[in-house]
Amino acid sequence: MEELTLGTMIAVFEEIFGRALFWVMVAAAVAITAGYLYVLIRDRRVSWRKYLVAQIAMIPGAIAAVLFVQQVTNSGFRDLGGPVDLLVLLGVAAMGAVGAAILVYTVQSLIWRPEEDQALR
Amino acid sequence: MSLNRRQALATLMAGAALAGAAGGEARAQRIETSARIVILGAGAAGAALANRLSERLDGAVITVIDPRVEHWYQPGFTLIAAGLKPASYSVSRTTDWLPRGATLLAEAVAEIDPEAKTVTTESGVSVGYDYLVVATGLVLDWGAIEGFSLDLVGQGNGIGAVYASPEHAAKTWAEMDRFTETGGRAVFLRPATEMKCAGAPLKYAFLTDDYARRKGTRGRSEFIYAANNQSLFGVPIVNEKLRMLFERQEIGVVHDHVLKAIDPGAKTLTFDTPGGEETLEFDFTNVIPPMRAPEAVRNNSPLGWQEGPWSADGWLEVDRATLRHVRYPEVWAAGDIAGVPKGKTAASAKWQVPVVEDGIVSAIAGTEATETYDGYTSCPLITRVGRAMLIEFDYHNNLVPSFPGVIAPLEELWISWLMKEVALKATYNAMLRGRA
Repeated sequence: MEELTLGTMIAVFEEIFGRALFWVMVAAAVAITAGYLYVLIRDRRVSWRKYLVAQIAMIPGAIAAVLFVQQVTNSGFRDLGGPVDLLVLLGVAAMGAVGAAILVYTVQSLIWRPEEDQALR
Repeated sequence: MSLNRRQALATLMAGAALAGAAGGEARAQRIETSARIVILGAGAAGAALANRLSERLDGAVITVIDPRVEHWYQPGFTLIAAGLKPASYSVSRTTDWLPRGATLLAEAVAEIDPEAKTVTTESGVSVGYDYLVVATGLVLDWGAIEGFSLDLVGQGNGIGAVYASPEHAAKTWAEMDRFTETGGRAVFLRPATEMKCAGAPLKYAFLTDDYARRKGTRGRSEFIYAANNQSLFGVPIVNEKLRMLFERQEIGVVHDHVLKAIDPGAKTLTFDTPGGEETLEFDFTNVIPPMRAPEAVRNNSPLGWQEGPWSADGWLEVDRATLRHVRYPEVWAAGDIAGVPKGKTAASAKWQVPVVEDGIVSAIAGTEATETYDGYTSCPLITRVGRAMLIEFDYHNNLVPSFPGVIAPLEELWISWLMKEVALKATYNAMLRGRA
């Protein structure tokens, strides 16, 4: 890369996914993150029960992200060739894990109000 | 609790850091001009320049001359010929990439007269210019190979031609797929002329080897790479690495072999060598012909090198740093046509385009141009499906890695493959639009 700026990166991502899909994905990510912040502020605390379920979702999230990347790039675990490849793999897994956790936590919080959460205990 | 909040915070901070980085990208102010700019060729370099110049200049009359209806993403040909992408992967329309501010004249150029500052098309239309960008690309001289015709490709005879077109790359895949089912002798080669992406013939040898191994036919196959000279690659350190990899993959090498003729019936290739003609039998091959400047530039213009190694093939005589013509200062070259020691790749075009843009805009504004090109070329050298070496180098045969300490240039890595598969076409498209 000659110059790696936000403008360049956005241009590249628009080309990868198509302009519409890319911005839909950005909007979805923003909406989920906003929803997450909303429930945190609304409830003024983290529900450990929901957090536990969210943590469980991290495992399938991580695996799904790795398999997705391998699928769309015609590659597999055997192609890992150096330390940086392992970091990329872990990074993809981490993103899948965190994404899944935030999604699951937010969805739970939006479905069950904190009072119901109390009642469930 | 703090964990997820901290992660959310980290995400926000990363976003802010990126936004900060974008601050340096402020566009220079548009310059008012009525200059007539003609760009010959709407390929990677031509389209990118049309977009960048129309963004920088206000009122310029920009004419792009190119008869081709289709735009081909040529870095994708290898992936098509490896069965990983359909032919349509590399095909778009020329008009998809040109800015509203430029006029497309869909005709072939017949003649360039830099004394009169006019370009004449094949139908006789004459277009005058104040500034000319020659970005015609090059021609593949298939006729130079005796006995060869593009009709032979993909007829079940083991003859491939990845360079010819997306369709021919797909047909070559059909041949390679069939060959690697049965095994036999595969012969790979390259021309003795300057060529686009000198890594592509090597990649294709590696990919064929990979498929043969996956299908279990490598044991009853012989692989030969016929190099045109004493080396496999022009950059010594890369050459040495490739020698080692070929040895590991049991790909035999014969040197100083330049393809002269093909006999599709007898399935033989005839090479010119220092010791006379030599013939090799093949079950599968990827024919790559000599490459030269198009007729209009080579024979119907005085723009090519007048002497030296590049004069015969008509490459444009430009300063290797500024890409400005040495005899006609209102002429620039961008892309494959430039008569410079390195760089007939899309990556080179990406680096050359801002230099030509700066040269023309500075000439119009009456200021000194500051951007220079140092021969940057990049080659994601695929060594099998799933791995590549991200090789980047310059005029001086130095490695110039974009991600030093992170992506090692001479290591076969998954990340380099991911970049080729996912990010390269996107970056290329962004470049065409003048955005990368």
